[in-house]
Amino acid sequence: MTTVYEPSYEPWDETRGAEIIAEHARQEGATLVILHALQEAFGYVPEAAIPMVAQTLNLSRAEVHGVFTFYHDFRHKPAGRHVLKLCRAEACQAAGGDALAARAEAKLGVSLGNTTADDRVTLEPIYCLGLCSTAPSAMLDGRLIGRLDEKRIDALVAEAQR
Amino acid sequence: MKMKIFVPRDATAVAVGADEVVAAFAQIAAKRSLPIEIVRTGSRGLHWLEPMVEVATLKGRVAYGPVSSEDVASVFESMASNGPHALRLGVADEIPWLKRQTRLTFARCGVIDPRSLEDYRAHGGYKGLERALSLGSDAILTEVTASGLRGRGGAGFPTGIKWKTVAQAKADRKFIVCNADEGDSGTFADRMIMEGDPFLVIEGMTTAGITVGATKGYIYIRSEYPHAVAAMKAAIVAARRGGYLGDKIGGSTHSFDMEVRVGAGAYVCGEETSLLESLEGRRGLVRAKPPLPAHHGLFGKPTVINNVLSFAAIPFILAEGAKAYADFGMGRSRGTMPIQLAGNIRQGGLFETAFGVTLGELVDDIGGGTFTGRPVRAVQVGGPLGAYFPRALFDTPFDYEAFAARDGLIGHGGIVVFDDSVDMRKQARFAMEFCAVESCGKCTPCRIGSTRGVETIEKIIRGERVSENLALVEDLCNTMKFGSLCALGGFTPYPVLSALKHFREDFAPAPTTLQAAE
Repeated sequence: MTTVYEPSYEPWDETRGAEIIAEHARQEGATLVILHALQEAFGYVPEAAIPMVAQTLNLSRAEVHGVFTFYHDFRHKPAGRHVLKLCRAEACQAAGGDALAARAEAKLGVSLGNTTADDRVTLEPIYCLGLCSTAPSAMLDGRLIGRLDEKRIDALVAEAQR
Repeated sequence: MKMKIFVPRDATAVAVGADEVVAAFAQIAAKRSLPIEIVRTGSRGLHWLEPMVEVATLKGRVAYGPVSSEDVASVFESMASNGPHALRLGVADEIPWLKRQTRLTFARCGVIDPRSLEDYRAHGGYKGLERALSLGSDAILTEVTASGLRGRGGAGFPTGIKWKTVAQAKADRKFIVCNADEGDSGTFADRMIMEGDPFLVIEGMTTAGITVGATKGYIYIRSEYPHAVAAMKAAIVAARRGGYLGDKIGGSTHSFDMEVRVGAGAYVCGEETSLLESLEGRRGLVRAKPPLPAHHGLFGKPTVINNVLSFAAIPFILAEGAKAYADFGMGRSRGTMPIQLAGNIRQGGLFETAFGVTLGELVDDIGGGTFTGRPVRAVQVGGPLGAYFPRALFDTPFDYEAFAARDGLIGHGGIVVFDDSVDMRKQARFAMEFCAVESCGKCTPCRIGSTRGVETIEKIIRGERVSENLALVEDLCNTMKFGSLCALGGFTPYPVLSALKHFREDFAPAPTTLQAAE
């Protein structure tokens, strides 16, 4: 069950982007819904899509750009092949998460919030996965892992590097 | 007889191997050619025992835990022969940790299949809505008000009054919004109920809809909770198919439908007005109040916005009556609170109980102290904006007013336990840093104050003019407390000031300076 889940994204394509935008445009307050859908398809929100969203929703480019940059989730460029998120909130801190995060940073040679030079792994902090009673916790490409210890974090890092 | 085995699909259980356990059970059953049925449930909340697996027997469901995939073969033998096993916990309902709880909201969580509307109904689901439909708006409002239910998101505002305000507002459209942006570290009750009993949340929101005359609801779930998003979406589809959402719900003349919206990683969107902005597709900037969302909420229309746990408390109140709920609790805190025990704790999980239990009972007795085995030094109650309490305050009863009287808050009911290795300077610094990162930027005390707070606490940590800088931090905290628009900037001082007040020794100048002063 530890098969590596490889997220696969489409390359940016204007026609496909326009389709996705049109698909969600009729919902009330659609901006976030559309940005999520674009990121789900392409792995990030391409800059070229921002004016397209603005035009469709009858908003200014600045408004859509403002929404895009306000939220931590939206990426302006693709992440590494794997994304390893480490919970850095209080419950995980109380359970020894600080040392494990430092260990992962040292193993990968990047600090939290960065991608390794070979584009294999993006290491990110996350503020609470809601697994606070089985802390410390992490998420690797959407898979949740609790009760982290040195052995488990090493295995996760190795898995992400594959 | 086909063996019926229950394994949680709750994210906590999955994170510690529940899916692998299911695969192992399927494999061994196939090998032994014994037919089994595996039901994926929510979690009972005994998280140190997850994955906790149960098997149906004539005496009730017998539990085993924590079960790893390597244990499955021997657990399977024990189940098949009703024989002993080191991980066997006995009949689940009789486990003392569960038995001493008062489960009103979480009665079904961990018991039923959260994907099955039939299972929900078979366990008393939709009884509250049925009674609500027969009562009508005014009588429902009377019940909700009489129950004493207060907003479970943290603010503790009386739910009945909020609903009444929206019911009385005149508008062409009204909305029901469920705040499922549970961003506080140490809290997971919303997640658990959405994953373990999602129809309960739908029933609560539907009841709100028929009470105030709203036909559309949104549940705004944080993106960090993909399992909860999936569970709610599946439940909404099932409820619609079963006639409990859409036109003429439950055969009545009322219409109500709802949809899931997913957040995008902004903590501040847990603040209700910021959440409304986000739902409207904008930056999550906090709105000044008044106007209240009850008058001028989503898309400018009267809106009931409540936390998941508030909506989830409603079906019990309507099914069993306001008194049955209000009979529990103390003072102005009526009913039960699903308390979440987290961090460095031996027996972490969800413990629903009447208000009034003391902090010490929760941490030492129910929680069993720390899992590192070291002494408990500090507990943070109420999330990143909650105060740090030392052991000296462990006699504080879990109650909105009792915590406020000691400069703390119960917030969303999360308790994060720290052992004696904690450095409270670091925790105080983190509180300010978190506020700086998550501030929406609208008001100055929060936006600038938090950054200056980080810098000043760093000076204290470096030993630079410690007493002057401590005074500065206290002054800054007061500015933030009274000058911020919302709870983010307004409550960040709680963890900082409580760390300073109760753990002053951590902030003292270096020992050499102390000696020199003597």
